[in-house]
Amino acid sequence: MEDRVMLKGSVALAEGALAAGCRYYFGYPITPQNDIPEYLSMHMRDRGGVFIQAESEIASINMLLGAAAAGARTMTSSSGPGISLMQEGLSYMAGSELPCVVVNITRSGPGLGGISATQGDYNQATCGGGHGDYSLIVLAPSSVQEMYDLAIKAFELADKYRNPAMILGDAILGQMKEPVLLVEPKSLSYEKPWALTGAKGRKPQRVKSLYLQDGDMEVHNLKLAAKYRRLAEEDTMVEVDMDDGAEIAVVAFGSCARIVISAVDAAREEGMRVAYVRPITLFPFPSAAIRDVSSRVGKVLTVEMNTGQMVRDVRLAAAPGSEVHLLAKPGGALPTPQLILEEMKKLLRQGAESK
Amino acid sequence: MKQVFKRPETLIKTTNHFCPGCHHGTAHRLIAEAIDLFQISDSTVGVAGVGCGVFLYDYLALDVCEAPHGRAPAVATGLKRVHPENIVFTYQGDGDLAAIGMSEIIHTANRGENITVIFINNCVYGMTGGQMAPTTLSGQKTTTSPQGRDYAYDGYPIRMTEMLAALDGVAFAARVAVNKPATLNKAGQAVNKAFEMQINKMGLSFVEILSACPTNWGMTPSESLRRIEAEMIPFYPLGIFKEKK
Amino acid sequence: MQKVIIDEARCKACGYCVSACPKSLIELGDSINQLGYQPAFFLKEREDECTSCALCAQMCPDVLIEVFKEEKNK
Repeated sequence: MEDRVMLKGSVALAEGALAAGCRYYFGYPITPQNDIPEYLSMHMRDRGGVFIQAESEIASINMLLGAAAAGARTMTSSSGPGISLMQEGLSYMAGSELPCVVVNITRSGPGLGGISATQGDYNQATCGGGHGDYSLIVLAPSSVQEMYDLAIKAFELADKYRNPAMILGDAILGQMKEPVLLVEPKSLSYEKPWALTGAKGRKPQRVKSLYLQDGDMEVHNLKLAAKYRRLAEEDTMVEVDMDDGAEIAVVAFGSCARIVISAVDAAREEGMRVAYVRPITLFPFPSAAIRDVSSRVGKVLTVEMNTGQMVRDVRLAAAPGSEVHLLAKPGGALPTPQLILEEMKKLLRQGAESK
Repeated sequence: MKQVFKRPETLIKTTNHFCPGCHHGTAHRLIAEAIDLFQISDSTVGVAGVGCGVFLYDYLALDVCEAPHGRAPAVATGLKRVHPENIVFTYQGDGDLAAIGMSEIIHTANRGENITVIFINNCVYGMTGGQMAPTTLSGQKTTTSPQGRDYAYDGYPIRMTEMLAALDGVAFAARVAVNKPATLNKAGQAVNKAFEMQINKMGLSFVEILSACPTNWGMTPSESLRRIEAEMIPFYPLGIFKEKK
Repeated sequence: MQKVIIDEARCKACGYCVSACPKSLIELGDSINQLGYQPAFFLKEREDECTSCALCAQMCPDVLIEVFKEEKNK
């Protein structure tokens, strides 16, 4: 009998990090993610790890930088305003090729905003956020189980590619409770010969992102770009569920995808043929899946809890001749399955009228 | 003949790219001598701040991590918490530590992190071309205080050593200078003591080194030594302000 | 072997060693090195006056000076 436990999303994520062997957490309180540092302030230390409530998010991400440079699996968590403060540190870590996991339990914004869930940090997560030519590996869980599983995955990918990985959750996922299967991950360690451990028995090493000599920066940028291409080839994750002869595809991620599933189920009960695409990695974006589905379906509805961010990537990936539409619900308001279903029907009617 | 002065082992033999009279080379030597003295080069990790000090890894044969501007104490915290057996030190200038990094140094000191902080105070921003620093003195002309620093308009200089000495987590706080043999001698002793405090797990050890920046002071190296003596030391008094036993 | 050996090729002529020597046994010369500076040089002909105090070496920010001391036979 496997361990199935009823857990809050934030706690499942924290347990995933611990299962992945993360023993160093540095973070700062911010609503709506405080369950994570509060849980880890006890459980990280209970398992022999280090928990520091840092003085700011800026200090937090820099403590991650040091811990990562020392070869450890390390994590922080925050929400939009705190993630904004971490951008410099993330850029430095990407440039220095350091792994870490950063969790964004998204609230609303911009500015101080509100504390209810939105998907308004998609751009911040996937379009750099910080300065320079780099990207974060971005994972978007959609269930409490995925909060656990993708936490483990995030550490693996971060180590594999020597790059920061972000888990883009939101306040709903953080607070909701669902049963979780706590599967112990198979392999926990990546060799890190580059880590700074004191130069005993080897030449001194450096962890740096400064490239001043003529030509060096270009070489480094191209190296990182090649790494991101490999990431896209090997580790893109997406969920696709397509009816034969589907007339409309709906694309959504995170908690919004849960609501979309209800709309898709309702549509199918009414006899509609529908496709459903749920990006799990937001970077790398599952462009191939979008192109494939849109080439066969022709009409794509993107549903997201912001004023339209992921839709840009959907448009870029969509097959020529396909239509991409947006149902945007920003500011902490949730789209309902009925609203989504009505929008789907409206789009199908428009198509029929214009024929 | 017996050799009575030679380059320390941990100091890499290379052409020193710093300006003539710049005291980074001297500071690097003092650190290298401390590391040689305690035979800890195998287990020491340096954290370089942003500024002329970033080139630490070109001069010291140690593992070195670059930190974002001001964040070296936080980076050092991460390194030390993962490998407490390593000796970890930061190397920071006055912009890095006393301007943008003020929060990180105060809180790292407040937590009593068992690291060493070497603070190069030359009253100006060197790398970026001579702007005013939190340590710039009254009347000093810099590229962002061209009429000379005016305390009423520009604020006052910060005496970091005294401020940090007031924090319980700080085990050792000293200010030294390297402008002449007498002060240089004491500077070496303070740097040695700072590393010794870390080895003995006493808490955070901090050494502020009053240094010359002839280029951005618009002076010859010799004139800059006189400035340290005549202007800097009276405002930034030398001494050990805290030493936990 | 000389008591004071200065790596003149790397010297940047800051002059700290010159002012440090209590016996004024180091001067900045006329020759120009590869770096474009007129390096400091030790006055060999007055070597007897050197006490190997090494203040020159301590003050050199680039650590370019090695100092040796005659060992007295007891």
